[in-house]
Amino acid sequence: MATPPPLPHLDDENRFFWTAGAEGALRFLRCLDCRHYLHPPRPRCPSCRGENLTPESVSGRATLASFTVNHQPWVPGMEVPFVVAIVELPEQVGLRLTTNLVECAPEAVRIGMALEVVFGHYEDVWLPYFRPVAQEGT
Amino acid sequence: MTRFPEKEAAITGIGLSDVGRGLERTGLQLTLDAALEAIEDAGLRPEDIDGLASWPGANLPSPGISPVGLMEVKESLGLELDWFTAGTEAPAQISSVINASAAIAAGFARHVLCFRTVTEASSQTRSRRASVQSPSGGRVRGEMQYQIPFKAFSAAQWVAMFAQRHFHEFGTTKEQLAQVALNARKNAAHNPKAIFREPLSMEDYLGARVISTPFGLFDCDVPCDGSTVVIVSRADLARDLRKPPLRIEAVGSAVHGRYSWDQFDDLTSMAARDAAAMMWARTELRPSDVDVAELYDGFSFLTLAWLEAMGFCGRGEAGPFVEGGARIALDGELPLATQGGQLSGGRLHGLGFLHEACVQLWGEGGHRQVAGDPSVAAVGVGGGPVAGCLLLRRD
Repeated sequence: MATPPPLPHLDDENRFFWTAGAEGALRFLRCLDCRHYLHPPRPRCPSCRGENLTPESVSGRATLASFTVNHQPWVPGMEVPFVVAIVELPEQVGLRLTTNLVECAPEAVRIGMALEVVFGHYEDVWLPYFRPVAQEGT
Repeated sequence: MTRFPEKEAAITGIGLSDVGRGLERTGLQLTLDAALEAIEDAGLRPEDIDGLASWPGANLPSPGISPVGLMEVKESLGLELDWFTAGTEAPAQISSVINASAAIAAGFARHVLCFRTVTEASSQTRSRRASVQSPSGGRVRGEMQYQIPFKAFSAAQWVAMFAQRHFHEFGTTKEQLAQVALNARKNAAHNPKAIFREPLSMEDYLGARVISTPFGLFDCDVPCDGSTVVIVSRADLARDLRKPPLRIEAVGSAVHGRYSWDQFDDLTSMAARDAAAMMWARTELRPSDVDVAELYDGFSFLTLAWLEAMGFCGRGEAGPFVEGGARIALDGELPLATQGGQLSGGRLHGLGFLHEACVQLWGEGGHRQVAGDPSVAAVGVGGGPVAGCLLLRRD
């Protein structure tokens, strides 16, 4: 395993997001009143301003909204190339994550491709990565 | 009748320090050089300056991005200030000028000195780029915790994903994007202070080292040391000064979409869209009235985003708009980055574009002067989650 990436500082607001992967789940804060998913987590729903928020699991599916194949080693020892991506979740228009594509050669990456979450576990953090959805048997 | 008070403010003087890599002067010395030049350019004395503004102000953690604070400048020049402000949370690098126009309209100040200073060239080393948001050990807090764990360290990567999406949705090509860089380099040849002045060909551009697709080396601006200053004055006082005042016709400071690199509703635009819409709502001028446009190019794609945001072309049409480069050249219908932009001129980080707009409107461009006595300039600065813009009109 390569050097772990810089990890988020966990606090009471974000811990659910960064540790849900321990149970194999991807979770977002959701408003129980208006059903809006919010990300990053905040104390109130920006849609209805309510405080009735709770983490809720999503499907873990996503589509690739955009990506970049990074070739520049920004810090010493960084292994390149790698793929940074923005993925959009089917649960809500515009609900997206910046992530890395894994198990996918850079030249095979296509905007719109179907993806699923897979977690990278480092210390007390589970980073949500995404990989292409395996082609189902035909 | 809605009142747009920024029209009561005008730019009356400009200053630009030496610009380079490996300069012998500190950030504060460069700032004072530019400040005194601008004050003299306006026909003012330091005693006349009663306002001071900058973005983002002192003490930003990234080395060289903001080495000088307001109070060092005040103390060095012996200024007696009625009004001052600086801060990161504002509509991009040009926010100092937007704030100054509001302060002048409110009667808080008469002549505001606005500055932007960078020493990124002398602050970064081979192993530590100034613009990279890499934490030095330790855990990541705040907004960046959703980027940095995925090795998304740099705006190069974030903006690259917008460019990639634009390519995908609209068929924009690398050769079209190239025109932003090639045009900047052509213009830089006529700017004695530009960093890169030697010719750049399409072959050089396409063959450059890849940074983060679709960006190669020449899609990224060049860190430098330098300081830019503009003086914003009350328009009625400006008429008595040395140069024809450049009235601030309209400003744009809006951010309506999400403040985020990945949650913004349109992954091909960003805050420039909101800022530009506000600007056009505050003037009777239209995009076709603009004689010269100085649009941010921290990364080449940001210029395309600004072209669309400002309505110089339709959404998704910036690629064909710049294709071939003739339209955006010094003798084209909409000259861009006439000083070489930040891509070739140096990353003065925003205010350099406003300085150049003033140079053009005052007819001081020398070999890079746009023909036809330009009288209206559009300036768009920033890109990504924050953006600010304004229109200048020579009275």
